[in-house]
Amino acid sequence: MNFEKVVFGFFIVLAATLNFGFFIGDIDRPELHHIYELFAAIIVNLIATVLKFGDRTQIGAIHLATSLVADLQLIAAASVWAIAVHVTGEGMSPMITASVVSLSGGALLANIVSLAILVAETVMMRR
Amino acid sequence: MHPGSAFFIVLRRMRAPLILLIAVYAVSILGLTLIPGVDAQGKPTAPLSFLHAFYFVSYTATTIGFGEIPQAFSEAQRMWVTAIIYATVIVWTYAILSILALFSDRAFQQALSAGRFKRRVEHLAEPFYIVCGCGETGGKVLTALDKMDARAVAIDLDENRLAELELEDFRSETPALAADAAQTQNLFAAGLQHRFCRGILALTNDDQANLAIAAHARLLRPQLPVILRVEHDAIAQRMLAFGATQTINPFATFARLLALAIHAPALYRLHDWLTGTPGTMLAATRDPPRGRWIVCGYGRFGHSLVAELKREGMEIALIDQYAREAHGFTMVVGSGVEPEVLRAAGVDRADGLIAATDDDLTNLSIALAARVLNPEIFIVLRQNQQSRAELFAALQPEMIMAPAEIIAHEALARLTKPLLPDFLRAAEAQGDDWAWALQSRLRIELGSAVPLCWQLSIDDNVATAIVSWIAEGRDVPLAALTHDPAERERRLACAALALRRDETDTLLPHDTTVLSVGDQILFVGTAAARAEQELIARNRNVLHYLVTGYEEGGWLWRVLTKKRPERL
Repeated sequence: MNFEKVVFGFFIVLAATLNFGFFIGDIDRPELHHIYELFAAIIVNLIATVLKFGDRTQIGAIHLATSLVADLQLIAAASVWAIAVHVTGEGMSPMITASVVSLSGGALLANIVSLAILVAETVMMRR
Repeated sequence: MHPGSAFFIVLRRMRAPLILLIAVYAVSILGLTLIPGVDAQGKPTAPLSFLHAFYFVSYTATTIGFGEIPQAFSEAQRMWVTAIIYATVIVWTYAILSILALFSDRAFQQALSAGRFKRRVEHLAEPFYIVCGCGETGGKVLTALDKMDARAVAIDLDENRLAELELEDFRSETPALAADAAQTQNLFAAGLQHRFCRGILALTNDDQANLAIAAHARLLRPQLPVILRVEHDAIAQRMLAFGATQTINPFATFARLLALAIHAPALYRLHDWLTGTPGTMLAATRDPPRGRWIVCGYGRFGHSLVAELKREGMEIALIDQYAREAHGFTMVVGSGVEPEVLRAAGVDRADGLIAATDDDLTNLSIALAARVLNPEIFIVLRQNQQSRAELFAALQPEMIMAPAEIIAHEALARLTKPLLPDFLRAAEAQGDDWAWALQSRLRIELGSAVPLCWQLSIDDNVATAIVSWIAEGRDVPLAALTHDPAERERRLACAALALRRDETDTLLPHDTTVLSVGDQILFVGTAAARAEQELIARNRNVLHYLVTGYEEGGWLWRVLTKKRPERL
């Protein structure tokens, strides 16, 4: 067992599950999408991204790319939330909630791709 | 190391500090969004929102410190912020120190410079040569190439040598890489497969490495000229087995020249004059005498010398530390520094002495001792290290044999004007009187300073005007290239030495020779004449005037004056 692989797998899966947890629920109901879960998803995603730094294989490159996409989407979601709550003062209206959640949904898709690559990589490994 | 790896090294090394940074930020922000605040009346208020928390941690972590924004903190918040300040300063310092440590890391710096080198080579947009090994020989070649306005790429194992090269004042920048030139990836990085690569010089002091470089070039770029320095005959044989590579053995080359100087002094002087450093004056030394010669040191150089001197029919006495089998010559055991040993070898009756050991100080001592015993003796000195040049010059020997210089001259001549070595070989066949007559004629026309030799090829790259004229069916005589563009009757200070057409060489081609596309012509002359000649070869109007005696003018001028271009 390789401890590095454990940490790597842990963060990728955790990033996807947190992302999923935030995403699940009616898309326009703010009470179903907890902001701390979004925060946790962003942090875990960032750490997962950094863990993929420096891997020069083809699979490593795709890993890094999907992670960067997820980061981008989640940060966009957080920015929409920050602007709605603090800048325009509109608050978490159904429309804003829907766009924050749908952005996190995009990130979720990227995270699922990441998971798929992780699984494929593990299956291909013969040792 | 792979040339593109600097970026990946940064990413890999920054993993730990970056993850720690993210973690500390996350915990700090999370804490601030959980700990309740306090208002002016002392009543508890809601904790900071994520935006405020992120804003606060961002400026606190970077030690900007705006105070407590957006409102004064509660005591619990202050305790938490104290922790944040220490934690964030520590992780930022750690991250920055990691980066700094990385930049002073040797492996990282090598990766960086390798990447830079590869990019610079890729962006070269003019013909260049790859010089492997930048010791004394390679350094001379690079300097000379720079003087000739030719680009070069340098590879050497030793970073210090490359640093020394950087201090030399090159006119054009020379990309340099500290790496093993015998490695495939380093040769690729140096542009082995670059479309502008015009040749490779393998000049390292390791015959095996030179062999490896030649093998790479032969396999990957079979058409590329390769020139190798080689000091052992066995390796030279293996190199020649490859085919079109050329080897330069400085010892054999010098021995051959010495023999030439003995049996054909005029040819030797012609050789010296044509291959010397342009602009310098050749010292008027006496010709090496026929008769009895003493050779001190019977190593690789000694062997080459003895073989050539024997062929010239000289009587030879040998001095060496170790007794060897002597075939037809006197053998004295000793270093040659001791007067008794020199006397035993017959120094007082000898006509010439060659100090050929691989130790410079021994060679100098031998020469000094021999001068005392026989002031008239002709002295040939082997100089191994360039840094001793002044010492050697002070002794005023009749000839100096410096391997670095010989290899550099030969390599450059073969690469940039391959016709010159062939011309000199053909000249040897013509005999001494011919050489003497040619040299006196040229010295009258060009002056006694060492002239410039250059090669002009009638092709689309250089001689655009001539090629287009020939394509139009007009004849261009060789005379057009040797006369003054300002005044057609006056000759330029240059002369054509040889013309190569379809693999056959013509010595001293006549002025009326009609040029054809693909001709290669070897010229000797002044730098000014060369510049004029380039103008003639490229400029239609100048060429028109030189061939016909009339100015052609531009297209508009011809239309306006209703004048048709002259037909020959």
